[in-house]
Amino acid sequence: MKILVIVKRVEDPEIKIKLKADGSGIETEQMKYVVCPFHEIAVEEALRVRDASGGENEVVALCVGPEDATQQLRTALAMGADRAIHVVAATSALDPTLEAIACEKVIREESPEIVILGKQAIDDDLGVLGGMLAERLGMSQGTFASKEISLDSDEEKSKIPALKIEGGRLTVVREVDGGIETLSLSLPALVTTELRLNMPRYASLPGIMKAKKKEIRTIQLSDAIGDATMQLKVIKLEAPPKRQAGMIVPDVATLVSKLRNEAKVI
Amino acid sequence: MTLAPFTSDHEMFRKTVRDFCVKELAPYSREWDEAGIFPRELFKRFADMGFFGIHYPETLGGSGLDYWYTAAYVEELAHCRNAGMAMAMLVQGEMATPIIHEIGTDAQKREFLMPAISGTRIAALGVTEPDVGSDVANLKTTARRVGDDYVINGSKTYITNGTRADFITLAVRTGEEGYGGISLVLFPTDTKGFSVGKSLKKLGNCSSDTGLLFFDNCRIPVHYRLGEENQGFYHIMTNFQGERLVAALCAVSGSQLLWDDTVAFCKERKAFGRPVIGFQVWRHKFVELLSQIEAARQLTYMAVDKHNRRENALQEISMAKLVACDLAQKVAYDCMQAHGGAGYMDEYDVSRAFRDLRLLTIGGGTSEIMKEIISKCIGF
Repeated sequence: MKILVIVKRVEDPEIKIKLKADGSGIETEQMKYVVCPFHEIAVEEALRVRDASGGENEVVALCVGPEDATQQLRTALAMGADRAIHVVAATSALDPTLEAIACEKVIREESPEIVILGKQAIDDDLGVLGGMLAERLGMSQGTFASKEISLDSDEEKSKIPALKIEGGRLTVVREVDGGIETLSLSLPALVTTELRLNMPRYASLPGIMKAKKKEIRTIQLSDAIGDATMQLKVIKLEAPPKRQAGMIVPDVATLVSKLRNEAKVI
Repeated sequence: MTLAPFTSDHEMFRKTVRDFCVKELAPYSREWDEAGIFPRELFKRFADMGFFGIHYPETLGGSGLDYWYTAAYVEELAHCRNAGMAMAMLVQGEMATPIIHEIGTDAQKREFLMPAISGTRIAALGVTEPDVGSDVANLKTTARRVGDDYVINGSKTYITNGTRADFITLAVRTGEEGYGGISLVLFPTDTKGFSVGKSLKKLGNCSSDTGLLFFDNCRIPVHYRLGEENQGFYHIMTNFQGERLVAALCAVSGSQLLWDDTVAFCKERKAFGRPVIGFQVWRHKFVELLSQIEAARQLTYMAVDKHNRRENALQEISMAKLVACDLAQKVAYDCMQAHGGAGYMDEYDVSRAFRDLRLLTIGGGTSEIMKEIISKCIGF
């Protein structure tokens, strides 16, 4: 069983984002980068599926991103992935179509049984890569994979995978309005992960040491996408307007009057 | 020298420690402080993360890395917001065990150090006695040689991990009075005649168990002695530098965390119609503290660098501990003041930090002892 997991390099959510003065992007001077939390969950699930399946199993981590994205691949390797593939691009915030084309090429070469990635990345929150890829690859897809049991439960602590493989099919549980939907997918399949799927492990020090010896194969973006070109262009980034200070009204009558006459909402 | 040579691998490890502390430890800090103890299984979890073996060789179950990894680990440990638990873990990896690696026999490393690194045996360091604190040379617990055994009598106090340690790196008197008669031994706590009084209540570091220990005709084999007989004082002075370096690192990172918290508080908190940070008196106070924290950090990094290169860093480590731990008191005082009445309540972390940071100028050699050592280093 081969599982390919996509990791995305994103800005560290603990660092406050500052926009460039001309709105063309964000200030990257003091920025730190991490593996997107959704994709960390994807790595964790891939490792669990690998460890729970018998026979020869392998987890391959794939990242499309700049030179320094090797750090995020090292994190995935330190968590336990077996090897990594790095499609070197000028930026992490690539046009998702190009990213899908690049990933598709690698995935076709690797032909894994399962592809796992975060349901979205926390940088631009587009959330389209999973769907695009499944379509391009003609794979069945289970998006927003979640699980019914609590993340505090013993079952979670024992690191049993939420994705189950039985009789050559993959079972994916997903949250839908008002309930839980269970999908049975034929393999190969693509899964995108929701936040409540698992609690990802940490890159332990022995894991970091082992990761140094693991292979990271690099591919240049141009070799992966051929002559495909950017289709999505960022025109401008703007911070949302600052919230106005609230006010405390003395009674309900004043509130109703203000809502009717000033805010004009009732 | 490049100060703070943290590579991307150091930074990856730093993030691991930070995330682990913030997600897995900090949420339970109050619970553990109130209970006066934290769960024993945390030793195993720390071991599994590789935290106890950072600079010990791989053949002993460690990772064989440089001391900057230890520095990153100790700095990030502040984020567990529980100095008692952090201290217990640092005793295990950085205080009670380095000497076993440095002067222990292979058999001692196998029997004591390896299980400490793997988190299966809890370690403690036993030096202080009811009547002997800073004047280590006068310790009174005796180890009398009888055949191939030592028979140990006496008591030790303020021993971190004391109530549940599996072994103690213990200072005992094997010879004449004064510093020339002290030896170090590895003492298994399942030895007959050993007993522990109840855990001592403390001002801060509340989640750590602090023991008063009694030794009544306890027999241990002579081969549990560390190093040469009667050379213990020398070993304590030369091999316990890591303990003080760790204290300096804790002081810097604890100060920085408290500073960050307090500045965030003062940006939100309003007085006389504007945020507290809007007052020049507080802005100046905060930048003064920040500058001093940075100075203490750089001095500590200089000591780390020398220690990492295995040079004699006695003077630098003593200076770093003196400066950083004294500064932490000032930071704690001013940050409490900036919080006003809210800071005196338990609601904010500043009251916990205020109590916990107080230990730093006392434990691991007092500020006064640091000054004595520095005096000797410069030839006074």
